Amino acid sequence: MATREVFSSTASNPLGRPRGLWSALHVDPILLLLLLILVSGGLFVLYSGADRNFDVVKAQGLRFGVAFIVMLVFAQLDPSVFRRWAPWLYGLGLVGLIAVLVVGVGAKGAQRWLALPGLPRFQPSELMKLVVPMMAAWYLSRHFLPPRLSRIGVGLAIVLLPMVLIVKQPDLGTSLLVGMAGLFVVFFAGMSWKLISAFFVMVSVAAPVMWFFGMRDYQKQRVLTLLDPQSDPLGAGWNIIQSKTAIGSGGFDGKGWLQGTQSHLEFLPESHTDFIVAVLAEEFGFIGVLALLSVYFLIILRCLFISVTAQDSFSRLVAGALTMTFFIYIFVNVGMVSGLLPVVGVPLPLVSYGGTSTVTLMAAFGILMSIHTHRRMITA
Amino acid sequence: MPWGEFKDTAAERRLFQRRAMVMLVVVFLLLATLVARMYQLQVVEHDIYTTLSDKNRVQVQSVPPPRGLVYDRNQVLLAENRPVFSVTVVPERVGGMEATLEQLARILDVSEEDMERFQRRLREPRRPFQEIPLRYDLTEDEIARLAVHRHELPGVEVEAELVRYYPHSELTAHALGFVGRINRDELQRIDPVNYAGTNYIGKSGVERFYEELLHGRVGYQHVETNARGRTLRVLERENPVPGEDLELHIDLRLQNRAHELLDGRRGAIVAIEPATGGILALASVPGFDANKFVTGISVSDYRELSDSKDKPLFNRALRGQYPPGSTLKPMLAIAALDSGAVTRDLTIWDPGHFQINSVGRRWRDWKRGGHGWVDLTYAMAQSCDVYFYEAAVEMGVDTMVSYLSRFGFGEDATLDVSGALSGLLPSPDWKRATRNEPWYPGDTVNLGIGQGFMLSTPLQLATATALIANRGEWVEPRLLKGIQGDRSPEEFLPGETHEPLQLKDPSDWDFIADSMAEVMHGVKGTARGAGRGASYRMAGKTGTAQVFSLAEDEEYDAEEVRERLRDHALFVGFAPLKNPQIAVAIIVENGGGGSSTAAPVARALFDAWIQEFSESGDGALVSQTDIENEVR
Repeated sequence: MATREVFSSTASNPLGRPRGLWSALHVDPILLLLLLILVSGGLFVLYSGADRNFDVVKAQGLRFGVAFIVMLVFAQLDPSVFRRWAPWLYGLGLVGLIAVLVVGVGAKGAQRWLALPGLPRFQPSELMKLVVPMMAAWYLSRHFLPPRLSRIGVGLAIVLLPMVLIVKQPDLGTSLLVGMAGLFVVFFAGMSWKLISAFFVMVSVAAPVMWFFGMRDYQKQRVLTLLDPQSDPLGAGWNIIQSKTAIGSGGFDGKGWLQGTQSHLEFLPESHTDFIVAVLAEEFGFIGVLALLSVYFLIILRCLFISVTAQDSFSRLVAGALTMTFFIYIFVNVGMVSGLLPVVGVPLPLVSYGGTSTVTLMAAFGILMSIHTHRRMITA
Repeated sequence: MPWGEFKDTAAERRLFQRRAMVMLVVVFLLLATLVARMYQLQVVEHDIYTTLSDKNRVQVQSVPPPRGLVYDRNQVLLAENRPVFSVTVVPERVGGMEATLEQLARILDVSEEDMERFQRRLREPRRPFQEIPLRYDLTEDEIARLAVHRHELPGVEVEAELVRYYPHSELTAHALGFVGRINRDELQRIDPVNYAGTNYIGKSGVERFYEELLHGRVGYQHVETNARGRTLRVLERENPVPGEDLELHIDLRLQNRAHELLDGRRGAIVAIEPATGGILALASVPGFDANKFVTGISVSDYRELSDSKDKPLFNRALRGQYPPGSTLKPMLAIAALDSGAVTRDLTIWDPGHFQINSVGRRWRDWKRGGHGWVDLTYAMAQSCDVYFYEAAVEMGVDTMVSYLSRFGFGEDATLDVSGALSGLLPSPDWKRATRNEPWYPGDTVNLGIGQGFMLSTPLQLATATALIANRGEWVEPRLLKGIQGDRSPEEFLPGETHEPLQLKDPSDWDFIADSMAEVMHGVKGTARGAGRGASYRMAGKTGTAQVFSLAEDEEYDAEEVRERLRDHALFVGFAPLKNPQIAVAIIVENGGGGSSTAAPVARALFDAWIQEFSESGDGALVSQTDIENEVR
């Protein structure tokens, strides 16, 4: 018990090492600076993507304000709190997901929201993006790493259960993101390469099975359209063709802020949500895309550094998995807008207009900051 | 197991560091892939997408020209353009399609057909944000109701379009024709550029014949649009050239009178102004409301029209081919006189029947017992069949056919009457070609009284009558009187092709005209009842065409059979006798005798044209002295 108290102590500073303001606030200034650059730049693009609608920018700014507070709150919590709460949150999340399937409210043919009386509406699946890696990390870090095969099996089951529930909503995009977050935990925990290869073989076998039995028609359509967008230029291929046109016409240095014709003439669909990177690419060109991806890369570098320097396995696994989830957002979104990947409805993190994912992502950065600023200085 | 105990933390850290390195490499490679992809799109293929982008931004839109208006000879509007409102739905902007359609069905009168067409269009591939029409031709009430509910119906729009409207359609449908939506065949034929913004095209009549004139020239605008097709800015505009406004020879008052006179019957009236060939009236009764056809007639409405035994869609004036019967006698009389087969004074004995030789078939005269001694004038006045049997045999079929063809039988002699049929002028060659039978002498006898194989339309009879009224001067029948503006109708009317019919003795014209006046005014004239009490002299000839059979697939009750087996009543004539202002041909289907049914109709038309309308009309001015001269 004594050990635990030392581990979890935040009030004391046993080594007497000078702690700055940032440490006292439990904020990592480098990560904060990078996030502020990303968010403020994103708001500029959003103003253009939303066709100069300042209300949209204001709403998003407000949302970032809330998200930053959430981040700060999460940063104050000791990583051990997350660890202890992980199983309970996981259980709660599963109940929420089942409740969504039974009494959830929906939009566009999918039930994703849970409207409980007295509580704001929320998506349990969004919560699971954080809770699933925590739960997997909690389970795997209780034992020696790398884990035994049976424990990997249990770990995968922990990941798969919420995935299935989310797919039922149906929300393939979120399900995949949740699944990826959990799988990264298993990967970081040290799943052997042999098993990883076997896993990929399994996936490649499962994919055709999914195609014929698991996917809805609109999901199949998205994949087919990706393979040949020209086949249906005015229907399903419209989004991809228009976003590629917007990106391509931007050229090396872009058309200038607010000068993008594709987005402002409303050829580009969803120009302020999922397809906002096309607006950036059209108005700021290849340079702008490079800048954006560079900021993202720096954030990922910083987060991986935080993961590597974390002091216990749980923290490392959670930090690593959340970092990689963040990257998956980026890769899937930019890949989809540029026509490399199917359109699966993943927002560009911290730039796309939209509330839930922003809060989740900032909470994840709060956890990372918490991990980084609650280190014991003994072994650092 | 308590947290953190019995674990090799250093080994776990090293394991994690290795895995993190792998992930860093993966992240770097995947980001590099994205950069490469962006480089490909933005730098390598930049030009391609720039072109695509410009095409997206600037669209060339067509601006349809307003269709030319059509007036009658007194500047009464016969065809105009009316804004018609239709309700359209943009599926992308609709909250719930089913709920929206349900609510629209409550607000508007939406037929099952409308709904089916809408659902079909909804399933077809289309551009996002392209609107789909749900119902055309909204009433003002419906537009008002829609406006009230508009805030509940996002994506539902009311759109205006200029659509043809015929204010006097029941009267003019057959003369004027109508426009309708462009169909697939027409799409192949028309200039796709000029019709880029046009939805309607002339389907029949004047609308079809003068389609090019009426349509006008399409205009363009280069516009910056958004994906919804909504115009943000007009960059450049070339205005459309509106279609020409046409003036027709038709006189709506006379047309109306013709319809009134045939009201409740089936038949046709064609009235021609002999001096110009202008068609004053072209009536086919019953008529129909062509407005229904413009935006697309419903199946039930169409079935009602097409299944009607009275065949309102059938243009009897242009396409009704009837045996001319005795109305052919004036033309045959000209032929007989000019060919020398008869003379003005030749008298024959009519015993009531005619035989080519003493043992052959007997052709009866309509009058049992015969007319006795008959000369040409009397034969015309009394419509003596035997006189014309003999004249026919004397002339021979070739002579008859060659004269009749000079009157325009067996051809479509019109200049701009779309859809006119040419009837049938039988000849030995024709009979051998189509029936593989020789021409029998009896066929010649039948032709002598306009029976047998001979068929003609009311328009052809009117044309031939006008030729007699003109004393041989040909005027091809035409509808177009003028084009508003500085263009002359001659530019657009086809050339006149007919030579005047010159007789060896031109006074034969007057002789035959006088004999036709005997029909109307003589003591024995078959139409003397119709001519009685007139303040001017008129010429005419009655006729009766036998109805041989009924269509086998039609069912009639006994009363109807009797009615539908009655002879067709025919009449041709012109007035006044000297300086004719109007020539008419009339057919009343199953009307019985020409003298009792058709001739009074002609008299009423003559009266209307020469006396009633002459003060205000510009065509039929007859001075009082003229009339007095006639009477004297």
